[in-house]
Amino acid sequence: MNFDPLVIPFLAGTVFLLLVVSSKFFNWIRHMDSMQLSVIKKNFATKITIQAICEIFHESLLHRKIFKKNHRLGYMHMSLAFGWFLMIVVGKIESLFYYGSFYDRPWLGIFFKYFARTPHHYFMIIPFSFIMDLFLLVTLSGVMLAILKRIKSGSLGLKKTTNHILLDRITLTALWWIFPLRLLAESSTAELTGNGSFLTGTVGHLLAFLPVEHIEIPLWWAYSICIGTFFLGLPFSRYMHIPTEVILIFLRKWGIQAGEQSSGYTNIQLNSCSRCGLCIDACQLDYAAGINNVQPVYFLRDTRYKQLTPEIADNCLLCGRCMEACPVGLELTMIRQQLRQKPELPGKNYYDYSLSPDNTTKSDIIYFAGCMSHLTPTIIMSMKKIFREAGVSFWFMDEDKGMCCGRPLRQQGFLQQSKDLVRKNTQLIRSSGAKLLVTSCPICYHSFKNEYSLDIPVMHHSAYIDMLVIDKKMELTDSAIDMVYHDPCELGRGCGIYDQPRHILQQIGNLLPVESEKKDSLCCGGSLSDMAIDANTQKKIMNKALEIITKSGPDILVTACPLCKKTFGQNDKTRVMDIAELVATNLKLK
Amino acid sequence: MEAAYHLARHDYYVTLLEKDAETGGHIKKDKKLFPDFADAGDIIQELTRKMAHPNIDLITSCNINELFRDGEKWCAKSNKDACYSGDAVLLATGFDTFDASRKEELGYGIYDNIITSVEFEGKLKEGKILTSEGNVPQRIAFLNCVGSRDEKTGNKYCSRVCCINGVKLAISLKEQIPNADVYCFYIDLRMTGQNYEELYRTSQEKYGITFIRGRISEAAATFDNKIQLKSEDTLAGFPLKLTVDMLVLMVGIESSTSTKLLAGQNHIKGDYGFAASLGINTQDNLTIQKGLFLAGTCKRPLSFSETIADAGAASIRILDYLKTDK
Amino acid sequence: MKDWGYKISKPRTIDLDTADTNRYSELIEKLPSAKKCIMCGACSATCSASNHTNFSFRQCHIMFRHGQYENLSGELDKCMLCGKCNLVCPRGVNTRAIISHMRLLLLDMNNRNIAL
Repeated sequence: MNFDPLVIPFLAGTVFLLLVVSSKFFNWIRHMDSMQLSVIKKNFATKITIQAICEIFHESLLHRKIFKKNHRLGYMHMSLAFGWFLMIVVGKIESLFYYGSFYDRPWLGIFFKYFARTPHHYFMIIPFSFIMDLFLLVTLSGVMLAILKRIKSGSLGLKKTTNHILLDRITLTALWWIFPLRLLAESSTAELTGNGSFLTGTVGHLLAFLPVEHIEIPLWWAYSICIGTFFLGLPFSRYMHIPTEVILIFLRKWGIQAGEQSSGYTNIQLNSCSRCGLCIDACQLDYAAGINNVQPVYFLRDTRYKQLTPEIADNCLLCGRCMEACPVGLELTMIRQQLRQKPELPGKNYYDYSLSPDNTTKSDIIYFAGCMSHLTPTIIMSMKKIFREAGVSFWFMDEDKGMCCGRPLRQQGFLQQSKDLVRKNTQLIRSSGAKLLVTSCPICYHSFKNEYSLDIPVMHHSAYIDMLVIDKKMELTDSAIDMVYHDPCELGRGCGIYDQPRHILQQIGNLLPVESEKKDSLCCGGSLSDMAIDANTQKKIMNKALEIITKSGPDILVTACPLCKKTFGQNDKTRVMDIAELVATNLKLK
Repeated sequence: MEAAYHLARHDYYVTLLEKDAETGGHIKKDKKLFPDFADAGDIIQELTRKMAHPNIDLITSCNINELFRDGEKWCAKSNKDACYSGDAVLLATGFDTFDASRKEELGYGIYDNIITSVEFEGKLKEGKILTSEGNVPQRIAFLNCVGSRDEKTGNKYCSRVCCINGVKLAISLKEQIPNADVYCFYIDLRMTGQNYEELYRTSQEKYGITFIRGRISEAAATFDNKIQLKSEDTLAGFPLKLTVDMLVLMVGIESSTSTKLLAGQNHIKGDYGFAASLGINTQDNLTIQKGLFLAGTCKRPLSFSETIADAGAASIRILDYLKTDK
Repeated sequence: MKDWGYKISKPRTIDLDTADTNRYSELIEKLPSAKKCIMCGACSATCSASNHTNFSFRQCHIMFRHGQYENLSGELDKCMLCGKCNLVCPRGVNTRAIISHMRLLLLDMNNRNIAL
C-alpha cells in the first residue's frame, strides 16, 4: 500500500504552507511600486536569472557568506539547509528508481523507508541507502551545533544570540526534532525490514532491546507531526526566510532596491530575516550601552508582527554596521528609514522662508561646509586656505544664510520636508554656474550624491584634496607624527570612500593601523539619526569606540567629519583633528 | 601666604613651596580686584612683606610632584628630588583656568581678537587695550560661562566669580576707553557678594554697559578682522547679530594640575578633580588625612576675599592640630 | 449687523491657573531631559532656521510649557532638524527629540504603532 494515515499531518502542513506562502508572495509582489515591477519585467528573461539561481545555490544552501565570516556557524547552517535539501531531492530520485515512476505520490520520497519495505533490487540500492544515511548524519551534526549555539553561543564564536519569541521557539523545536525522529523511525523500520544502511542499520540494532514493532508506527507519526507543525509555523515564524530569501535573491539580482517609501519589497526583506542574530554583535548600542531590543533582528520582527513602536524605530545610529554583518544582505538602514515615516502636511511648503540669496558672481567651485562645520570653524578656515593655495575661485554657499542639506530630516522620516530643502538648495546650486560641489560633511555628501539630482559632480573634501595632490596642484610636507584615521560611518560604509583620505595621510605622517577600520569602523556615537538616546549614552559609545581606535597610542586621531570631530573632541586624552586641518598645517606653500 | 604668616606669628616654622618664580598666584596678573577696585599690586606687596617674617622659609620655582605621609610627618618631594618635611601640610595649590580652545565654535586660537579674561586683565595691567592690528577697539563683547555650567566640557558647576569679574572688567574697560560700546552676554547674573549688585547697577547707570541675556553660539572673523557674533536675545525672543572689534571670553575655574595630582595621591580627590574637605559646613579645612589641610581654590571656585578668610580659618585648625597632637 | 471694527482681544497674560499643561507632562515623561532647560538660548543662537526666520526653540519650549499652543505647530515646522542645538546645549537637553515630540503631541498622534 502506498498510503497511510500517518502522512496526513505532513500533507496538511505542506498544503497549508504552499497556500499561505504563495498568497503572501502574490500580495507582496502586487504591492511593489510600479517602477520596481517594470524592472522585473525588463530583466527576468535574461541571463541574470541564471546568475540568481547560482547565488541561491551558493548562499541559501551552502551559506558561503556566513562560512567566510565564521566557519562553525557557516557549517551549522549549511549542514542543516543543504543536508535537508539533498535528503528531499535525492529521496525523490531514490523513490523514482524504486517505484519506476516520477509522477507518484509526493510523500513516498519523504517517508521512503516506511513505504519501501520490500527491498527488491533497484538501481543503485546500496549507494542510495548509504548516501541518504550520510545526509541524515550531516544534518544531525548541524542540529547538534544548533542546540549548542542556543546553550552556549560563545562556542560558535558569537557573543550574543537572539532572544526568540514563543512561536519561534515552538517551530524551532519542531524543526530540530524532525531529524532525530527520522533517524529513530527509519532505524526501527530498518530493524524490522533490513532496508537500512550504516547509520540506520546500526541504530536499528541498538533499538532491538525495545519492542520495535510497536514503536515503529508511533515514531513515524511523530516524525510526520513534527514536519506538519514546522510547516504550519513556518509562514509566521523566522523560517519564512527559507522561501522568501529565494524570491529576494531573484528580485535583487534583477536590480530592485529599497526605495524611500515602504512597499511590498519591504515586506519581502522583512520576511527574509532569519533572525540569526549576527547583527546584535555588530551593534554598538548593545556592547557600549547595553541597549538590546532595537537591533534589526528585533525591529524587523516587531514590524512583521505589527508591534513596532516609535521608541524602537527611532533608536538607531544608522551607522550601517549591522548591514555589513547581515548574511542576507538586507538593506537595513533604508528599511529603518522607511519605517520611521512621520506625519506631514501634504502640499505644504515648509521652507518657503529661505532668504538664501542666489549667487551672482560665477565661481568654479561651490563650497558647502554643512551645518556642523560651523561649530568646528577650523575646518572652514583650513578649506579656505586650501582653496586659496590651489588657486580656485569658490562660492561659500552656506556661509551666512545656509540651509541644511536635508538628510537629517530624511533620516527621521520627514520625506516631504526633506524634498523641500533639496529643491531649494538645488535651485541655488544651479544658479551659481559652478562646475563642482565640494562639501566638508559626509552627511551632506551622502545627501548630495544620493538624494539630489545635480548636473555637476560632488566631492567630499578629502577626495578633493586627494585629487589636488595627485594632480600636483598642492604639495604636502612630511611631519613624522603618529596618527590613526577614523572612517566616518557616512563617508565609509555610506559612500565607499576609504582610500583617498589614507593616501593623503600616508604622505603627511605615520599612519598606524586600527583594529576595526574601513567597512568595520566604529561609529563615534554622535550620530544625528538617533533621537532616542541621551548625551550620557552617546558619551559611553564614544568612549568605547575611542578606546579601540587609539589602542596603538597615536598623537592625533584624524577624522573626516565635523560631527565625529566634535564628538571625539569631548575626550581629554587624544588630540582630534579633521583631515582638512592636518593638510592645511602641512602644506608646502608656494 | 596669609596662612603662613599667621602660623609664623604663633612661633611655628613654615616652609612655603611655590611653583612659580614669584609668589602671588593668579592675582599677580590682576590690576584691580572686585568689588571695591582695590589695587592688586598693593595687596601682593602687603602679602610679600609678610613673607619676610623670620619663621618663614620661602622656596620658589619648586614643583612638587609627590606628597605623602612618612610616619608622623609629611613629606613633599619636588621634581628635583628635594624632600621637604613637616608635621602638617597645608595644600593651597589653587586653580587653573579653562582652556578656551576646547570650545572651538567660539574661535579662540583660530581668529584674532578673541581673548580670555586673563589675557584681557593682562592688557589692563599694561595699560594698553589694543586689537591685533594695534587699534583701539570701539566695540567689545564679553561672554560669560565659558567652560562653566556646561555639560559639553564636563564642568557642570558654576565658577562663581566670573559674573562679578566680567562686570569689573567691563567697567575697567570703560574707564580706559570711555566711548566704547560694551556688551555683556550672560545666562544669569550671579551677584552674590557684598556690593556686587551695587557694582552691577553702577555699570549700567554710570557706565552705560549693555547686558544681553543670551549665549553666543558662533564667532567668525569678517574680512577686516572684526568678529561677527551670532546670538539670541532671549528676553526679546529674536536672533541677534553683532560685529565687534574684540571678544573677551570669561573662562571658568578648574582644578589645577597640582591639585589633581596631589589630591589623587592622598585619596582626597572630590568632584571635578578638586580636593575634598571633610565637610563643607564646619570642617572645611580638614581632610580624611591627619595633618593634611586645605585652603583656598583647590577645593572649589572662590573669590579672593573668601580665599583670604579661608586661609585664616585653616591656620587656626593647623594651630589646634599642632598644639594638641605634639 | 454693521462691522464696527471692534474686537475683543484675547488677554495677553499667561494664566497658569487655567493653562492646559497636560501635554507638557506627557512630554517630560517621554523626554525627561526637557526639565533641565535653563532657557539660556544657546540653542536658538546657533539655529540654522534662525538665519531666515525668528524661529526659536527656546521660545517654543517655554510656550509649550505654559500651555500656549496657538501657532506653535506652524513655528515648529520651521525646524530643519539639523542638530546644532543638541551640540551646544550646556545642560544636555535632547532638543531635536523634544521638537519632534512636541509636533506629534500637538497633532495628538503620539501613541501610535507603526504599520506598513
